Amino acid sequence: MTTVWNRPFAKTVVAFAIASSLVGCSSLGVQPWEKDQFARADMALNSEKLDLALDDHIYFSKEGTSGGRSLAGGGCGCN
Amino acid sequence: MQLTTTQTIASALAMASCSLIGQQACAVETQSTQDDWKVDAAIMYYGEQERVQAAEVIGNVQKAFGDSSLLDMKIVVDSLTGASASGAVAQAQSQTFTRPSGKGEYTVKAGDTPLDDTFHDTRVQLSANWQEVLNQDWTTNIGVYGSKEFDYLSMGLNAGLERSFNKNNTTLALSAAFTNDVVDPVGGRPVAMSQMVFRDNYATDAEYQAAFDQTRLSGDDTKQTSDIMFGVTQILNRNWLMQANYGLSSVSGYMTDPYKILSEVDINGQTQAYRYENRPDSRLKHSVFVMTKGALDSAVVDFSYRYSTDDWDIQSHTLETHYRYNFSASLYGQLHLRYYQQQAAEFYRPFLLSDEVVPEYASADYRIGDMTAYTVGLKFGQRLSNGHEMSYRLEYYQQNPDNNGTQLPGQLQNFDLFPSVKAIVAQVSYSF
Repeated sequence: MTTVWNRPFAKTVVAFAIASSLVGCSSLGVQPWEKDQFARADMALNSEKLDLALDDHIYFSKEGTSGGRSLAGGGCGCN
Repeated sequence: MQLTTTQTIASALAMASCSLIGQQACAVETQSTQDDWKVDAAIMYYGEQERVQAAEVIGNVQKAFGDSSLLDMKIVVDSLTGASASGAVAQAQSQTFTRPSGKGEYTVKAGDTPLDDTFHDTRVQLSANWQEVLNQDWTTNIGVYGSKEFDYLSMGLNAGLERSFNKNNTTLALSAAFTNDVVDPVGGRPVAMSQMVFRDNYATDAEYQAAFDQTRLSGDDTKQTSDIMFGVTQILNRNWLMQANYGLSSVSGYMTDPYKILSEVDINGQTQAYRYENRPDSRLKHSVFVMTKGALDSAVVDFSYRYSTDDWDIQSHTLETHYRYNFSASLYGQLHLRYYQQQAAEFYRPFLLSDEVVPEYASADYRIGDMTAYTVGLKFGQRLSNGHEMSYRLEYYQQNPDNNGTQLPGQLQNFDLFPSVKAIVAQVSYSF
């Protein structure tokens, strides 16, 4: 059990370290007038939310792990 | 049941197209006056070779109230039928199983992976979410969720908070959800690890029913899921952004699959009995998800990686990418690739041995065993002259279960105990 707890914890720490360094780095990012590409519909994070919802339902039902992109949630997951 | 993939997909696509063409006529009339409405609808067919077939219809309606409020409502209806692996192993002789309801039996041919063909269900899911932009830095949302199928009821609440800063280049998000599920299986919940009984072993129906009832618990059971997720979205430069999420999920209650069994075999691999599986009643899951998404000249690409682990010892790695190429302002094509690799739960066993003590927890459900899986998908979308969008998606999904290192005794070496599962996903979507 020890290894199971230590490895994800270590990876989580690494992920947060990366995320924190990104947040703390003021050189990242663009000026408001440079965000034209992010205004594109196909660049939205939820641009294909129905596909993602359907995929999540398939993989939730057919695999042992779920969530990550969004909350894992409850539900049956039968068959 | 022999799946005729081409025919089934063709008919599903034809049905989907017909229903969506019907909707289009209605939509044209309503769109011009209600531009703050956004509707997305899709119909999907999921078909496994010789196993589960599912059809799913999903509709999502968004209504904006000014610049600060957004109501999002979703309905999903799906219907499942077909056979799924019961957990029992193939044998050199045909095998007969008592149905989960206790009423009737089904027989599996010699050499075949036992599939329970009893399954048939329809599910309806409703959810609604309210998003409120509090000011230029803070956004909040709250939602409700419910789904019902014949033997299962799930109800949930969720809420989230987002904070933008660094000239809106950075967004921090915190979200949480609580779900309460009630499970009431057909035939009742099996007594953990109890042996399957057979009508032929009893003189009368009453004696058999009394013996069957001994393997069942009365009433329903519940499961509670609490989720929390922390996320960061960061714009990196003019074309690229990245997202990182950490998710923690705590589940307690009934997580056994009441329809799954394990074969109990002797040293020759000969089945002596079947036992109903049992899983622990708590599970703590962690996930880390990292994604980057970039805008290219005529394309958009994303790459993501997810690591997931839990105290059942299931660990998984998921790599996924979408590459969308815009052929013109009104036509695009998209490639989807996904690779998934999973390590078995500590209580996963492909079968039990009759000379060993029956364990407290055991499951032969391949979905929590060692496995790799991949998805290859193509999608085409077109923007119609009225501004609506129609898209078509076709994907191939294959699961390759693996032996988790278990020695196979006697005749079990002659059979494929870890057969691949091959599935097709076909979908038609319409947005306006």
